[in-house]
Amino acid sequence: MNGSEFVPLSLVPMLTGIFVAVACALPGNFLVLRRQALIGDAISHVVLPGIVVAFLLTGVVSTWPMLLGAAGAALVAVLAIEGVRRLGKIESGAAMGVVFTAMFAGGVLLLEQSDTSNVHLDVEHALYGNLESLIWLDATGWGALLDPEALATIPVELPRMAITFLFVALFTAVFWRPLKISTFDEGFARTIGMKTGPLGLGLVIVAAIAAVAAFDAVGSIIVIAMFICPPAAARMMTNRLEHQIAWSVGFATVAAILGYVLAGYGPLWIGLRDSVSAAGMIATVSGLILGAAAVMGPHRHRGAAAPTA
Amino acid sequence: MIWDALTLQLGYNATLVTLGATLLGMAAGVGGTFLFLRKRALVSDAISHATLPGVALAFMVMVALGGDGRNLIGLLLGAALSAGVGLLLVSWLSNRTRLAEDAAIGSVLSVFFGLGIVLLTVIQTMSAGRQAGLEDFLLGSTAGMLRSDALIIAVAAALTLALVLLLRRPLTLASFDPEYGTAIGQNVPRTDLAMMGLVLAVTVVGLKIVGLILIVALLIIPPVTARFWSERTDHVVLISGALGGIAAYIGAALSAAQPNLPTGPIIVLVGFALFALSLLLAPGRGALSALLRHRRYQRRVHLRQGLLALAHGQPIYEQLTLRLLRAEGYALPDGVATKAGRGRAAKALRDETRWQLIRRDPAYEAAAQQYDGLTPIETVLTADQIREIDSRIDMRGGVMA
Repeated sequence: MNGSEFVPLSLVPMLTGIFVAVACALPGNFLVLRRQALIGDAISHVVLPGIVVAFLLTGVVSTWPMLLGAAGAALVAVLAIEGVRRLGKIESGAAMGVVFTAMFAGGVLLLEQSDTSNVHLDVEHALYGNLESLIWLDATGWGALLDPEALATIPVELPRMAITFLFVALFTAVFWRPLKISTFDEGFARTIGMKTGPLGLGLVIVAAIAAVAAFDAVGSIIVIAMFICPPAAARMMTNRLEHQIAWSVGFATVAAILGYVLAGYGPLWIGLRDSVSAAGMIATVSGLILGAAAVMGPHRHRGAAAPTA
Repeated sequence: MIWDALTLQLGYNATLVTLGATLLGMAAGVGGTFLFLRKRALVSDAISHATLPGVALAFMVMVALGGDGRNLIGLLLGAALSAGVGLLLVSWLSNRTRLAEDAAIGSVLSVFFGLGIVLLTVIQTMSAGRQAGLEDFLLGSTAGMLRSDALIIAVAAALTLALVLLLRRPLTLASFDPEYGTAIGQNVPRTDLAMMGLVLAVTVVGLKIVGLILIVALLIIPPVTARFWSERTDHVVLISGALGGIAAYIGAALSAAQPNLPTGPIIVLVGFALFALSLLLAPGRGALSALLRHRRYQRRVHLRQGLLALAHGQPIYEQLTLRLLRAEGYALPDGVATKAGRGRAAKALRDETRWQLIRRDPAYEAAAQQYDGLTPIETVLTADQIREIDSRIDMRGGVMA
């Protein structure tokens, strides 16, 4: 594989995949430890009604209205789940199930009712995106990376995901201590004066931002997988949170690269003509990694101390 | 048109589908209640997403064996198999590793779904796969369903409902009080397995009608709704089954009448409307009744504080308190006590003094625990006891002597 083929066709989707995977895996570590792993599932389902409403309001399929719509829907969902949980005194899993299925159903219904025949907006796209379509046509080889003209035509998903990744990493770094303390011992965190409520909400919002920025390029399914599988696998490898984060970032990167390569070239190796869904394959690879960690990870059993705070 | 659909006048297929959906909704409502009471509602989400690779593999196998791959029974069998594998993996991950159940659910859900998507893209490149229509399993589709398929779904839904009704007693016991179930010799793990089997059956039968993404709503929303209306397990089960049946019936009928209303989402939204109404209006647990209860409590607190202030001759600035006192005829608009108000204020203060006294006296410990500032002391102590307390107050030359 030489640069003139790799750079325009594979470099951008691969990098985007890595940024998505790591941006989701970072907050995923805390969500898994706080037993809020399924919040990613809920958020990625409500992205659909968000983008449909944004489309109906603006009449165009463009990036910013849709991101805002999706973010708005994610916020509505988080508030609605909390509202249902408190008003109805319902356990959070069931409250989540009520809210996200209803919002998703509303999104599908709106989509079917509105005229979207001439725009690219459908349920399948929101579910599994189209990573393969991020082609950088103006790149002719590795040199394009230093060529401002070619760089100007790079698919917008890549810089957007890169910025999202930086934002998520910054949030994790800045709030590292409070996040860590409140995740392992919320009572202690409160006694030393931390505002654990806003912090928890902030974590969910950051996760929502990562999910919303990612869905357009890669779809919902990979987002859910990356929130949970790499952190869950990393949890089997170590008892220290710092190491767990490092492992999860590594697993996420490997899943993104390996998944993309297997989806693009795997079918060719076994004699099929066409490639398969990269998003689906990345999710599958992350599952295989989790499976391997669950069978062989040194800290896979319960009973050993939880990661030390 | 809508009326025709609701009265089952839209032809044989639509009627079969509507009836099948109704039976399925009832089975899901009843079965989902047990899942909800065991606090495992979202396990069904993992099960439903895990059906996708099975559907795709079944299609490929059937094509490889020379069929056209769209045989519904074959596809549903495949779905059941892979959902079963997914379920086993969820319980293995949450029992044998350190992962909590929510992480196990999320990872199985996303990985199986991702694998399913990979297989779907493989099928799209197969020559037989162009019109496979397997995407219908994502969101459900009853439009243009084959008569044989409609018949299969109606019969399977009826069987599932029969199974739920057959198993309801052990399931009720296990979900209400598993320890007691174990103590009287019930095999609770096996009952749990049966419950999961039911959920699996509902999911698989519902795939074609509601679709795998939304089928969990059928298992979650009716029980949550029913819980607002009763505190008794057996009633919740019945109400939930009825709600599930109603939502599925109305949804399937509406969607049969309007071709651009997809079945699954409509059923879910009807169910959600019932939920929202219950959340607001249910007596006891509903939001409105909670609000009324809160207001009533607030009025009692303000009234009592106002009366105590009157008794002490303190001025009252709080507007709500003033309004309440005036409405009861205890005070004039300027905050001066009326004759009735002075009487009530004296009683409030005397009761408060009595309470203070018994709260310091270990002999009245049990009664004193009921002190919340609002409970009238006559409901806690006998007349003799109150006389005894009053004599002590008099001895001290107490306030109210």
